[in-house]
Amino acid sequence: MSGRIGIGQRLYQGQVSFNFVGRRRTWYAISAIILLVSIGALLFRGLNLGIEFRGGADFAISNATCSIEQARAVAEAKTGSQAIVTSAVNGTIRVQTESLTSAESSVLAGELADLCGVQKAEIKVQVVGPTWGSEISKKALQALVVFLLLVSIFLSIYFEWRMAVAALVALAHDLVITIGIYALTGLEVTPATVIGLLTILGFSLYDTVVVFDKVRENTRNIAGQSVLTYSEAANLALNQTLVRSINTSIVALLPVLAIIVIGAGLLGAGTLLDLAVALAVGMAAGAYSSIFIATPFLAQLKERQPEIRSLTARVAARRAQASKGRTGEFGAEGVEGTGVVTTLVDGTVRQQPKRVSRSRRSKS
Amino acid sequence: MAPPVTSRPARGLISLLIVLVGLAAWAFWPGTANTVRLGLDLQGGTQVILVPKPVTAGATITEEQLQQTVVIIRQRVDGLGVAEAEVTTQGSGNGAAIIVSVPGAEQDRVVDLVKRTALLDFRPVDTVFNPEPFDVTATPAPEPSASSSESPSPTPSPSSNFVPGTALVQSPDNSAEYQGKVLALDCTAPVAYTGGVPDDPALWLGTCERTGAVKYNLEPAFIKGSNVTGATAGLPQNGVGSWVVSLQFDSEGAKALADASTKLSALQDCGTGVSPCNAFAIVLDGVVVSAPRFNEPILGGQAQIEGNFTAQEANDLSNVLKYGALPVTLDPVDITSVSPTVGADQLRAGIIAGLLGLVLVMIYLLIYYRALGIVAVISLILAATVTYLMFVVFSKTIGLTLTLAGVAGAIVAIGITADSFIVYFERIRDEIREGRSLRQACEMGWVRARRTLLAADFVSLLAAVVLYLLSVGSVRGFAFVLGLTTIIDVIVAFWFTHPLVVLIGRTKWMQKGSRWTGLDADRVGGHSLVGEVIGKSRRRSDAENMTEEVPSP
Repeated sequence: MSGRIGIGQRLYQGQVSFNFVGRRRTWYAISAIILLVSIGALLFRGLNLGIEFRGGADFAISNATCSIEQARAVAEAKTGSQAIVTSAVNGTIRVQTESLTSAESSVLAGELADLCGVQKAEIKVQVVGPTWGSEISKKALQALVVFLLLVSIFLSIYFEWRMAVAALVALAHDLVITIGIYALTGLEVTPATVIGLLTILGFSLYDTVVVFDKVRENTRNIAGQSVLTYSEAANLALNQTLVRSINTSIVALLPVLAIIVIGAGLLGAGTLLDLAVALAVGMAAGAYSSIFIATPFLAQLKERQPEIRSLTARVAARRAQASKGRTGEFGAEGVEGTGVVTTLVDGTVRQQPKRVSRSRRSKS
Repeated sequence: MAPPVTSRPARGLISLLIVLVGLAAWAFWPGTANTVRLGLDLQGGTQVILVPKPVTAGATITEEQLQQTVVIIRQRVDGLGVAEAEVTTQGSGNGAAIIVSVPGAEQDRVVDLVKRTALLDFRPVDTVFNPEPFDVTATPAPEPSASSSESPSPTPSPSSNFVPGTALVQSPDNSAEYQGKVLALDCTAPVAYTGGVPDDPALWLGTCERTGAVKYNLEPAFIKGSNVTGATAGLPQNGVGSWVVSLQFDSEGAKALADASTKLSALQDCGTGVSPCNAFAIVLDGVVVSAPRFNEPILGGQAQIEGNFTAQEANDLSNVLKYGALPVTLDPVDITSVSPTVGADQLRAGIIAGLLGLVLVMIYLLIYYRALGIVAVISLILAATVTYLMFVVFSKTIGLTLTLAGVAGAIVAIGITADSFIVYFERIRDEIREGRSLRQACEMGWVRARRTLLAADFVSLLAAVVLYLLSVGSVRGFAFVLGLTTIIDVIVAFWFTHPLVVLIGRTKWMQKGSRWTGLDADRVGGHSLVGEVIGKSRRRSDAENMTEEVPSP
């Protein structure tokens, strides 16, 4: 056995502890600022909706030999309205116009092909009617509502309603931030982006479920002792699952980053890239929120429960007594007492003074 | 809770082996297609999403109307002669969408084809032929030289004209030249009997029965599809005989029917070469759906078609008669065409991104978890293999097509699958930190990780199912893949990762705790500090639960 002890071990036993729950005001403040910026961006800048949502025609010309200006001139002359022309890293030129009929788009594709020295069949064409986008959005919203309802029911049964509320608050947090990033950066919102957003639903909750499972385990018989408050036990759970949270987040992000690199490098804009960017932002937000938002918020909700409130009072009383007797054994940061921590982790009540606690609970 | 602490690792591994061999056999059974079917964005082609709207505003589209529309569109698309063209529906009622995917075809052709209203008409049969083309060397070849000199004339030349794209033969009169072309028509060729292009009801028509079994020369139409007011399939009223189809006509149709039936029923029975004869043909989109005989004049505007129909055949025919013209109007809301080169590029990029993602995750797992990392890497490879096999099997059975969104779903799933292993491995470390032996930790860690895994995967699966059921287009492909991989993740974790970890946890090498095990004291610190103090009581309480003997540390 060596003298160096892994960080995982020290986190587990509480020798190293980050006070996630106790400093919740700080995290809330940080999140509040990010959320305000996100909502502000959404309100004042709006989202850059792709043609799937507003209707229009999109021509992607790979290996084009024409310039952006030339392509724009042709497209605007043909349609008589404004055309958006962009070029991607790999030399693909994208021309977006207002909605065209199938015949019109075919003519324009032919002209663009002549101009840019490619075969007409090589141009990727998409024409979307203006009503289709609202259809997609409506369905996505429907799916979101149904999912949230079902998942709330599941979490309420599997955990308890407070955990469901906390998980959903964290989820809303992730979604708003992701949408806000889209509004801020002006990245195009396509159906692929929506897919990415909806995937975040699952992923953000996956992370939160893993942490909450540990919180629940640590607090199973929390009311039966008077050493740790709920917040401290939850904070310990967070620290114990910290390595896990970091690892799962890194491992989930790695493939997404691979998509971004390959998608941007080989393809330019497209389904892969749109999806991956939304996922990357959402996953990062999800990893942050399951630690900094979900659990602190849960602790806050729990601390309002009468038995948890009396527990907190009991712990404070015991510590006050202890500090009178043995100075400094338990500081304000009582989490760091290693012996205390490990008795609780086990979740058994054998060593806990049950009777005392019940009588006290009934008094309060 | 008294968790089962002795698992039988071999059982899980054998189960998985059986599943794997079964899947592989199913996927690669010789004589069947054994590749993953690619979506149009990966192989090139045109996809049109059509939203059906009821003909009368405010009405609701019935499932029957939707299916009939799909049948008609499919018939037309098949007329293109492109293999693997696909017509599917999503959703129902007024929120339904019809998705037409045609590989390799040009956008304009597909849109024209599916948007057009179908045409139904009733024509007297002039002659019935065998389907094969006759030797027509004796017939003078159509020579347009005479008419081409007066080309500016907008009136159709008297020579017969081929409708482009199909083998329909039409002519304003029953000329010898037209008859020659009808004779030359080859009804054994699919392009001739799949139809898809409506005929001009005012002209003579040489065409085929829709299975290609019979060839007809038909006179100009006497009733149009719009004259049909109703059609029902049922058993005859006297209860004797097989299914019949009853038809109702409007006043115009009834009069035309009375005239035609009076004239036709006096003629001789139809047979090969008999001309003219007493049958009429029901023509949909240029091909003959049915050719019943008039037994007697029909004067009341109500007709009954008898003909040894099964219930299915009678229903199909009545649907054709009712909805011959599309029962709905179609609005093409999304037209995407991708060239095969771009499709191949997207597929390549998807595969490269997937491999890169897989390799990055494997490297990370190996560095962090060492020996356990190897288990994780093998599990990942296994999950990827099962996923691929499932794709092949689903391509075969339910017609799954893998789109770019689906590929993205599979790549994202790599991370989510690896997460399950991390949750388990970290649990094992937790158990060791609590003072358990490696053997116990592998078991107890699993019992606890299992619950977390099932809960977390259930949430993922819920998201996938809800998305699949409630969304349209590419979202569905993604949701399907995500749901599939979530289930595969659970199967691999239960039947492979856990048993394998338990097995290697029983080896001497792992129990010695070398730094390559991923569970060495440096990383886990199993017996330090707390382990020494608390460990004894913990081990004692364990012993009460454990059925196997606890090895001393």
